Amino acid sequence: MSQGPNSGGTGGSGPGSGGGGRGGSGSGSGGGSGFGSSSDSGDGENREFPPRIPSGSGDYSGEERPAPAGGGSVSDKVEELLAAGATPAEATTQAAKATGESKDVVREIVQTMVPAAGSAADPRLLQREGGVAGYWTEFMRRVKGGELGSLPVIAALIIIWIVFYALNSTFLSAQNLSNLSQQIVGTGMIALGVVFVLLLGEIDLSVGSVSGLAAAVFAVVSVNNGVNQWLALILALVTGVGTGFIHGFFFAKIGVPAFVVTLAGNLAWNGLMLNVLGSTGTVNLPNNGIVSKLYTTIYGQLAAAYGVAAIAVVLYALVALYGRMRRTKAGVPAQPLGEIAARVILLAIVAFVVAYVFNQYKGLPLAPLIFLIFIVIGDFILRRTVYGRRIFAVGGSIEAARRAGISVPFIRITVFMICGLMSAVGGMFLAGQIESASQTSGSGNLLMNAIAAAVIGGTSLFGGRGKTWSALLGALVIGSIQSGMNIQGLSNSIQFMVTGAVLLAAVVIDSVARRTQKASGRV
Amino acid sequence: MPDTTSQPVLELRGVSKRFGAVQALTDVDLAVHAGEVLALVGDNGAGKSTLVKTISGVNQPDDGQIVWENHSVSVKGPSDAQKLGIATVYQDLALADNLDVVGNLFLGNEITRAGILDEIAMEGRSRELLQTLSIRIPSVRIPVASLSGGQRQTVAIARSLIGEPKVVLLDEPTAALGVEQTAQVLDLVERLRDRNLGVILISHNMEDVMAVADTIAVLRLGRNNGFFDAHRTNQEEIISAITGATDNAVTRRAARHSEGQQ
Repeated sequence: MSQGPNSGGTGGSGPGSGGGGRGGSGSGSGGGSGFGSSSDSGDGENREFPPRIPSGSGDYSGEERPAPAGGGSVSDKVEELLAAGATPAEATTQAAKATGESKDVVREIVQTMVPAAGSAADPRLLQREGGVAGYWTEFMRRVKGGELGSLPVIAALIIIWIVFYALNSTFLSAQNLSNLSQQIVGTGMIALGVVFVLLLGEIDLSVGSVSGLAAAVFAVVSVNNGVNQWLALILALVTGVGTGFIHGFFFAKIGVPAFVVTLAGNLAWNGLMLNVLGSTGTVNLPNNGIVSKLYTTIYGQLAAAYGVAAIAVVLYALVALYGRMRRTKAGVPAQPLGEIAARVILLAIVAFVVAYVFNQYKGLPLAPLIFLIFIVIGDFILRRTVYGRRIFAVGGSIEAARRAGISVPFIRITVFMICGLMSAVGGMFLAGQIESASQTSGSGNLLMNAIAAAVIGGTSLFGGRGKTWSALLGALVIGSIQSGMNIQGLSNSIQFMVTGAVLLAAVVIDSVARRTQKASGRV
Repeated sequence: MPDTTSQPVLELRGVSKRFGAVQALTDVDLAVHAGEVLALVGDNGAGKSTLVKTISGVNQPDDGQIVWENHSVSVKGPSDAQKLGIATVYQDLALADNLDVVGNLFLGNEITRAGILDEIAMEGRSRELLQTLSIRIPSVRIPVASLSGGQRQTVAIARSLIGEPKVVLLDEPTAALGVEQTAQVLDLVERLRDRNLGVILISHNMEDVMAVADTIAVLRLGRNNGFFDAHRTNQEEIISAITGATDNAVTRRAARHSEGQQ
């Protein structure tokens, strides 16, 4: 069949008909009525859906082909009408008139020839209704179906903030929030790497040690040996990538479980870090060095924070509009303008509120800005590149990926390298925060916090589902708990218990959501 | 009806395959023409899977020839088969459940635009492909996991068509499907034939085979046990060929004869 759905749709549904017709099939944007006009003449016809098999060919033992006896001329006529741009309903009526066949017979033939109408006509398919109410029902359906997305973590974050604010109003002060935004960056960067590994359904238990090792390499090379800071930085990052390569190689090529490889790595890299640091144990970083500045830099001009917010909003809007334009031009379903507007407005509110809060204190801190840039780049890689698509494929089904010609070992090794890189980046920020690299760098709760952040943020432990944004959200949750507890003067013991409970809750939500999704036929 | 007097697009001549002490295939002939549905039937252990693997390049035959469009070819691996234009849809569909329909259709063959995934082109082509095959799916943007078994099968088959093959191998496409879903898949098989593809259909289900096949090739114990014109035979005849009930004095005589020659 040569005619596309859109030529048919434009030809058929006249102005004012509500954008039904075949062009709107499956888009969820048009009215759900689509093919409805043809069912006017036959009540309950939709219930018999799908009438794919014209009577006669459903009988398998019969030797007849689907074109029923004497149906040839009818189907020719129908095809001709459809090619001329008639709607299915028009084609039915006209073909019936022209050939003298009964309408029911013709309709069946039409339906076999109008595949495009299938998706719109399928009464089992829920179409989104227009307007706010439509979004609400769609949203409720998603929640019931277990597609929670970032919802639980955002809800948790709001609750945490309200609770700590009620206990002590300084929690939501500009100063505390600004500090919080810097404190989460180290853990958040590592969590970003963990997200990639979790997408494969694997885990990296070495991220803490790798971040400590990278910090030690930077400190020893730049401070003790006087090498150029940027060179030292690159060397530290390469160290992280190298550890990731080793993990990935043993996992992907030798077949050692990632859990064991990275557990061994956790110990070994920690040992190497102690070795690199040598007898002194602690190397202080100059407070005007790049790594310290990475953490401490704050742009004080009012315009800086607002400018970044404005640029982000405008860029988002332009990308969304450009995508919509291309989609409309190509005739595939596009986001309705209202939805784009709503998203842009929401983003603008969030961006400018954050900018305002920053400006209430000292201004725009560099660290969270870099973190955001990394998240956006990571998001772009995952969702817009072939490489990202293949990470999801390997995380979803290794067999499917392999049969599609994807090199599974390549994906695995490179993902562990990304995780190693992000651990090293996180290590730089953590070193900048305390302005030193010491024997305790990368130890303690860092590993658990980073993995917990990725999971709390909504990235599934089971692989194949997740976003880079979960690193930000998860790190915010963990950072908020720590910050709030510190303000309350509560000991580490309670902090650990609360963070542990939140992590458990996140995994429970993930598991339950997964089960609900299975029950409602999603992933 | 396909023109079976013409040159077959894919032909197997005297293919044999041995696994250790097991002679899985002995001197098997097979030919599929463009626009023909060739059903390959046989009992468990008859050698169907081995033959499929031979055609799709997973196994290499020990003996015999694979002839593609009148040229003898050697198929050394699955990629060779794909390059020739042989697409295989395995019984376990191997779809990535977490990816949407578009993602699965183009997995491994993604369309890019300046290094970036061209979702719009892929979505457009997906819709076009699904429409020409009359595949009904709620949306090309929902995860494959939320599709029914029959829809998943149709997606897997559609996926095999992305590379514009000339022969499609379907391994038990209707196993584990309901009545309605089976009908969907059989419809799709007919549409593949209408697109002038050669279809090799492996099935246990006689009704399915009789419904869509043009030619039925029976394998028994790794050997050809008859070719039947689906329009002129009946189920009993096929089943007796499968089970060996036709293994009568005449066929035994023929077997003795060929052994005598060797």
